[in-house]
Amino acid sequence: MKVITKNVNLFYGDFQALKDINLEMEMNTVTALIGPSGCGKSTYLRLFNRMNDLIDNVKITGEVLIDGQNIYDKSTQVDELRKKIGMVFQKPNPFPKSIFENVAFGLRINGINDKIYIEETVKNSLIQAALWDEVKDKLKKSAFELSGGQQQRLCIARTLAIQPSIVLMDEPASALDPISTAKIEDLIYDLKKKYTIIIVTHNMQQAARISDKTAFFYMGELIEYDKTSKIFTKPEKEQTQNYVTGRFG
Amino acid sequence: MKRNNRLKEKIAFTIFSIVSFIIVIILFLIIAFIFVNGISVISWDFISKMPTDGMTGGGILPAIVGTLCLMLGSIVFSFPIGVLSGIFINEYLKDSIFKKFLSLMTNNLAGVPSIVFGLFGMSLFVNHLNFGDSIIAGSLTLGLLTLPVIITTTEEALKSVDNSVRIGSYALGASKLQTIKRVVLPIAYPNIITGLILSLSRVSGETAPILFTVAAYFLPRLPNSMFDQVMALPYHLYVLTTSGTNIEQSRPMAYGTALVLILIVLIFNLIANIIRKKLGQNVKMK
Repeated sequence: MKVITKNVNLFYGDFQALKDINLEMEMNTVTALIGPSGCGKSTYLRLFNRMNDLIDNVKITGEVLIDGQNIYDKSTQVDELRKKIGMVFQKPNPFPKSIFENVAFGLRINGINDKIYIEETVKNSLIQAALWDEVKDKLKKSAFELSGGQQQRLCIARTLAIQPSIVLMDEPASALDPISTAKIEDLIYDLKKKYTIIIVTHNMQQAARISDKTAFFYMGELIEYDKTSKIFTKPEKEQTQNYVTGRFG
Repeated sequence: MKRNNRLKEKIAFTIFSIVSFIIVIILFLIIAFIFVNGISVISWDFISKMPTDGMTGGGILPAIVGTLCLMLGSIVFSFPIGVLSGIFINEYLKDSIFKKFLSLMTNNLAGVPSIVFGLFGMSLFVNHLNFGDSIIAGSLTLGLLTLPVIITTTEEALKSVDNSVRIGSYALGASKLQTIKRVVLPIAYPNIITGLILSLSRVSGETAPILFTVAAYFLPRLPNSMFDQVMALPYHLYVLTTSGTNIEQSRPMAYGTALVLILIVLIFNLIANIIRKKLGQNVKMK
């Protein structure tokens, strides 16, 4: 199973945000998307769960193949797709519900009512998201009582509860303090065993620490895609070199 | 230069506080005036007995019951329609000319004078649909009047819901309807309920829309069905002050009626505030 992007172009109205992107990602790896603001990396990330569909005036050409299936095919059911491709956002966005109900949300909207199954899944997801020990005694409390870092791990648990195969992360730690960030990074490292992770990050060290492969975007183009160690030590392109060493961006 | 700015700052502050203070004083004066003049007639009999002696004696029970019936009746009609259209406008319609047109129409509806609603209600509900002067005709007319308020508050309440939770819900594979029902409405509904209650208190005080559709000049009995006519507080107040059998003698009754009306409005506003605080606590964003 692979994630393949073929000749993808994306337009917001007249503005072309992605230019002929071709890329192949392996399963059970962490791929980091890096590049200066406005380079198209977040737009590229949102291709995989068709979040760009929610924006008016978007036009997409090309193919995105997940498991051999073009997700931009007319037969694709977007709701079903999004159950398989989870997403964690930049700012924690828990629902105004209890901690328990936040994680159970994805199950409930799928019509699952089996109480024991829901309880087990919620517990397992919170354990996987490294949050269980901190919240096990207050599952009925509002999610808003948690700290920002805890809320973000709750959002990760919420995503894991519906057992996606791919988890997209859009700068998941950028709004958090260093300790919370470290926790999220450890978590991503663990999750790799079970999930394929694609992560957008502005933080070069973070990309270097957690990812197997790194893709560098600039002005809507994919400049370079390679093993993370190579991108950060011996990149092929000068632009990549300049960016990762902090000379621009 | 700096000193000049500080002086300006002080003058502006003074003007702002004086103006706010004047508003509070005016409100206080109105309430105090009604209270002082009306409190003498307020008694258990006044709110639990029928009017007697050409409305110079007895109580105002039928007017209280009538007003409560109209509040309930109008809300049963306008709340579902108003909230559903608010949801449609804010959640389903994309920014387009049609949406602007709808908003414009809603605002225009809010600007229509209440007497026009009264005439419209009379010709449609009373005459054309043959409801006669009745609670249902009055309720529907008042419902129309409050519709734009409910639509607008629903829209505003939905607008204040952070988009990130909608996106989060979609990202978990929720449909639009599931997102609205399970995520958006629970956050928005303290504000929607508040709007509802405020529109209720507005309904309680409207006179013009009920003038030709339901209000009875003198009807010392309680309604049996929604096709009955009723007395209503604001109209009763009007009658007592301008066209009663003995205006001088019924004056204290008029102040008492006004006081009861104001108390009803105050109580509903208080309830609105409590509900907003109570419900708001569960969904407060950090």
